[in-house]
Amino acid sequence: MHHPQVLRSQMRWECHGGQEESKQEQIYVGRSLMGPPTPFTLMPMPGVPITHTQQPYVTGTSVLGLIYEGGVLIAADTAGSYGSTTRFKSVERMKAVSNNTLLGASGEISDFQAITQLLDRLIVADAMWDDGNDLGPLDIHNYLTRVMYNRRNKFDPLWNTLILGGVKNGVKHLGSVSMIGVHYVDNHIATGFGIHLAQPIFREEWKENMTLEEGTRLLEKALLVLFYRDRSAINKIQVANVTEDGVHISQPYALKSEWNLEAFKNPTASAAGSW
Amino acid sequence: MFRNQYDTDVTTWSPAGRLHQVEYAMEAVKQGSAAIGLRSKTHVVLAAVNKASSELSSHQKKLFKIDNHIGIAMAGLTADGRVLSRYMRSECINHKFVYESPLPVGRLVVQVADKAQVCTQRSWKRPYGVGLLVAGLDETGPHLYQNCPSGNYFEFHAFAIGSRSQAAKTYLERKFESFMDCSKEELVRHALHAVKESLQEEELSSANCGVAIVGVGEPFVILDSKTLQAYIESLEGAKDDQATKIEVEEERNPAVIERQDVSGGGGVGVGAEGEGPSDMET
Repeated sequence: MHHPQVLRSQMRWECHGGQEESKQEQIYVGRSLMGPPTPFTLMPMPGVPITHTQQPYVTGTSVLGLIYEGGVLIAADTAGSYGSTTRFKSVERMKAVSNNTLLGASGEISDFQAITQLLDRLIVADAMWDDGNDLGPLDIHNYLTRVMYNRRNKFDPLWNTLILGGVKNGVKHLGSVSMIGVHYVDNHIATGFGIHLAQPIFREEWKENMTLEEGTRLLEKALLVLFYRDRSAINKIQVANVTEDGVHISQPYALKSEWNLEAFKNPTASAAGSW
Repeated sequence: MFRNQYDTDVTTWSPAGRLHQVEYAMEAVKQGSAAIGLRSKTHVVLAAVNKASSELSSHQKKLFKIDNHIGIAMAGLTADGRVLSRYMRSECINHKFVYESPLPVGRLVVQVADKAQVCTQRSWKRPYGVGLLVAGLDETGPHLYQNCPSGNYFEFHAFAIGSRSQAAKTYLERKFESFMDCSKEELVRHALHAVKESLQEEELSSANCGVAIVGVGEPFVILDSKTLQAYIESLEGAKDDQATKIEVEEERNPAVIERQDVSGGGGVGVGAEGEGPSDMET
């Protein structure tokens, strides 16, 4: 973060004792006097570095994906958190990009929406060639990597970790791109808390050529763990099935969760002094 | 070809609705030495007649690799051809970088055609004086295209451009129906036969022709002279019913599939067939 002291020294302004405060007011249009400088540039001024939004506002939590015999399964809940509040409970965090590719995102929801608009334009431009060639999941994955990495280089990232899955010509593809442009492909992928809670389950229980039921059950198992342990997760999930023939995103549904545990019945039993 | 008062600018239409400068550019293609292309279900072969302007000089390079899955043969102003091949290589490598997959040859051909069209509609530019035969692969298999200075492009099963190309075209028309199922070796032999037609009196050797192949699973490669000589020698052995010289017939549109009418093709090319290449073109 850029502090006023650093900026003033860069500008070589003369520092008179009493006038320091008023000079600081002159730098920032909008009169932000509360501690650290604004996290974004309201109006570019000479000598002042331009900053872009460096924090997310409405965020989605983990997205999980795995490859099964018929294609790719990707799942996410439908929560949009505003900091620690679960503000929106019906956010679609997965979107079909073309008829054989799906994009899921965790992180800033508005950036995810900007990315889907970008991909819409890309897919339309590709379709307009009308020459029998079309962009597959690998192409889109790489395109997104370029976008995310270039934004990161401009210090203006799209605050997302994206999961891209699809099937083309029988080849199944499942990959991830982070907000700094780190990208990779794998048989099973998770973002956010899913990396720590769901991936270990996948590593243990994923196998080649799982059926649709087996794959869905594995995803639901991991999602349940996330619902128990991730405070930004809610019990309203969607599972998307991407095959060569098309993308199908399920309606939101809830998982069966167990809260009737002894420790919950009388939570303060062992805490002396609590009520 | 008659000089007339409407042929000074590329942006001037003639009363007959023709752009003479564009047609003159296509003449330049016909003056260059021949380039031939043919394809099967799995491979595309390009062949070029190499003409050296004198015994002392080397011959012009006419076969260019654009990417692992695309290559071109050119006829006409090879300097213009080099510029276009640089553009094509750049487009391919950019596409590879962004999408991690090869640029489909059909897309590249359209991009080159659009680039050529710009030069037919700007008063401060001139049309490219080179015709390209583009051989490449995409998802749907191997393809052969022709790019014209007019900005048109066509897909072919087999085609030939440049001087004395009519002889080659005659051979190809006779044989093209069998190309689809040919093996790579048979396809190369057909290409060499077609080159032989264009050379007419000269002896076919690895010094005066070049061959390049691209195929499914096989990257574009220009054959070195040893491999080429081996193919030429194998021609002698195989049954060769093209040994009799074929007289150059009057120009007629070949029956190859999907050929569309070139703009103002009617009056073009009178007397152009059979003339040797001039100094600056090959």
